[in-house]
Amino acid sequence: MPQRIDTSGETVRFTFEGRDVEARAGETIAAALIASGETTTRASVVSGAPRGPFCMMGVCFECLVEIDGVPNRQACMIVAEPGMTVARQTADEVAA
Amino acid sequence: MNSYDVVIVGAGPAGMACAAEARQAGLSTLVLDEQPRPGGQIFRDIEVSDPGRRALLGKDYAEGARIAEAFRASGADYVSGAVVWNIDSAKRIDYSAGGRSHSVEAKSLVAATGAIERPTPMPGWTLPGVTTVGAAQILLKTSGIVFEDLVLVGSGPLLWLAASQMITAGVPPKAIVETVPKSRYRAAARHVLRALPGWRYLAKGFAMMRAVKRAGVPVHRDAEDIAIEGDSAATAVTFTSGSKRHRIETAHVALHQGVVPNQQMTRVMNCQHRFDESQRAFLPVLSEDFETTVPGVFVAGDGAGIGGAKSAAMRGRLVAMRIAETAGKPVSGERAKLRTALARDAAVRPLLEALYAPSDDVLSPADAVMVCRCEEITAGQIREAVALGAPGPNQVKSFLRAGMGPCQGRMCGLAVSEIIAAARGESPSTVDYYRIRPPLKPLLLSELAGLGAEAPREAAE
Repeated sequence: MPQRIDTSGETVRFTFEGRDVEARAGETIAAALIASGETTTRASVVSGAPRGPFCMMGVCFECLVEIDGVPNRQACMIVAEPGMTVARQTADEVAA
Repeated sequence: MNSYDVVIVGAGPAGMACAAEARQAGLSTLVLDEQPRPGGQIFRDIEVSDPGRRALLGKDYAEGARIAEAFRASGADYVSGAVVWNIDSAKRIDYSAGGRSHSVEAKSLVAATGAIERPTPMPGWTLPGVTTVGAAQILLKTSGIVFEDLVLVGSGPLLWLAASQMITAGVPPKAIVETVPKSRYRAAARHVLRALPGWRYLAKGFAMMRAVKRAGVPVHRDAEDIAIEGDSAATAVTFTSGSKRHRIETAHVALHQGVVPNQQMTRVMNCQHRFDESQRAFLPVLSEDFETTVPGVFVAGDGAGIGGAKSAAMRGRLVAMRIAETAGKPVSGERAKLRTALARDAAVRPLLEALYAPSDDVLSPADAVMVCRCEEITAGQIREAVALGAPGPNQVKSFLRAGMGPCQGRMCGLAVSEIIAAARGESPSTVDYYRIRPPLKPLLLSELAGLGAEAPREAAE
């Protein structure tokens, strides 16, 4: 299981698939999801297989999610903001 | 449209050092960077990390704070969260920031976009819970997140650095599965004498390995035939080591086979590249002053060939000195000294490159292994396309859509070139690489629409 070695600082809350997720202020959506035990962020385009954050630096596009209704957002590049509604991306939404 | 003497893309050690030096020479300077804060990947979150985190990540990481301070004090303009999506032949740069697109013109352009991790195709590498070692380290740097069941798989200095940092954090990895064959030690031994000026790096490496041993982390050497098991997420990693099959249960696996230059930007500008056999990667063809074959376009940092953070900062400064010289400014007296220091810093590289060359497993994955993660194309499909006559990556792309997903070939490109080269009995330098086209990263239509009345040139492709 993931652990946080440091829980200091402010936190913000957003929802992922309707569930509350806590992020440390300034960290990315992907980091907060991983810390909460969530490793699956989208379905692959061709077979619909589950995928999750892989590179954490904006290169692999495996962490694509829908944020406040906008699809194809890179969860590892976007800082979590209070009240964001984040959802897993389904196969037909992925940009090509 | 805004215009600058120097536009630098990337705010890692190379970009930050280049900007500070360019400002010192009185050049107007803009730095565009994708991340919310400067530092690049190596110094990720350097400005906001507390003393505890810095102590844990080590002296070399803390050194980044000095470079970041000099960058902030330099007076260079800096846009964070800026995604560059096109650069045309007149060095006009289109980028997206804050939900809309902007354009800027550069007299000189510096690509300081660093390195990415080499693709590591193997069975199960697309399962959730599997990341790169770089990703695991980024989670530690930015959020203090560690996995107590993490199994590190592959080879390279970063594998040992990540392990020793986790140990210092009090959460050692569950195991290290190293893919370095015994024959590599003999190959590397030839370079030992030449590497001695880089003894500090060697000492650091041995210290990391000792820390792993002291912490009692199981190390499996000479591992091959690695596979990650799992249905909807990773559950175990299996491999052969010491002629025995092993299986380690875990939900978190981190893969690494070294880092390679991120070529997207120099490719989109049609700079010439060459395949470097020692680094096993494509490098831009550069002059002594790190200028590409496109005049006025420079590459600083690991994008010019892997050299590490110290070299990256020195290359950044040398590039700025050259740009200043071309603009008719007096050349800094430090240039000769910097060149000597850069050569000394590179002394350890041939040894590291020989010892940690990518494993045969990832260079020639089995037919069933998925290589293009986005479009889900296997190594077997690529070999089949070659058998049907595809001579290179661009024809394979047309046949199969490999490299056409959202990552635009970043995750499969090198692997595809290697597989095609092996199937044709040629060198990767002959089969070459994907043609990279704008936009460099997918962007929303609303971001494009915000560019203004003037339509972007060359972006309609």
